[in-house]
Amino acid sequence: MLRISQALVDQIVQHARADHPDEACGVIAGPVGSDRPERFIPMVNAARSPTFYEFDSGDLLRLYRDMDDRDEEPVVIYHSHTATEAFPSRTDVALASEPGAHYVLVSTRETGQQTGPYELRSYRIVGGEVREEPIEVSDLQTFGS
Amino acid sequence: MAVEVRVPTILREFTGGEKSVSAQGATLQGIIEDLDANYPGIGGRLVEDGGLRRFVNVYLNDEDVRFLDGLDTAIADADAITILPAVAGGAVARP
Repeated sequence: MLRISQALVDQIVQHARADHPDEACGVIAGPVGSDRPERFIPMVNAARSPTFYEFDSGDLLRLYRDMDDRDEEPVVIYHSHTATEAFPSRTDVALASEPGAHYVLVSTRETGQQTGPYELRSYRIVGGEVREEPIEVSDLQTFGS
Repeated sequence: MAVEVRVPTILREFTGGEKSVSAQGATLQGIIEDLDANYPGIGGRLVEDGGLRRFVNVYLNDEDVRFLDGLDTAIADADAITILPAVAGGAVARP
């Protein structure tokens, strides 16, 4: 189960729309051990690609140092798929390396940069196994805006 | 010389949960061999076919070793090494 605020969901979706048709990516950090996503950190997709994302290696080091200094960890790691469904690809699974994180995928294939319904789903990816989990949005707004 | 090596969550299964371990070597290659001697298996998660794995980032202080000399990067006293897996993926395999 991923518990997340509507405001954070909206930020993920806005980032994905802004970067469409390239994949967008980022992290929501939270206090270590809390499982609470709190601090939204959009990252640059160094691959600038519609089919691949990768954090820039310098950005990655700064991100992890910053989280360490704040006693945070990556609670959510998100990225967008821009032409396919919000389901982890083989590449996503092979490269997933934060067993404690919620991997959130959002698909912008229906609406691109426009507003409208979107697909946003959350997964645990551990040891090559994918398990989808429910999402509880904290302030009871429904998806789609 | 001994240097501090920061170990990411996914590799702490090899270090008994330790976030930071000490290793010795004059080059990054030597450091990784020393790590693998003390924490068997960890070396194979970092190196493949004689080079660093594509989706593993290793930093000497603030610099990605890919921009230095890779596995041949010289290590000095008081250096710190950080290992971070890439955060990457995508809808299809990279061409």
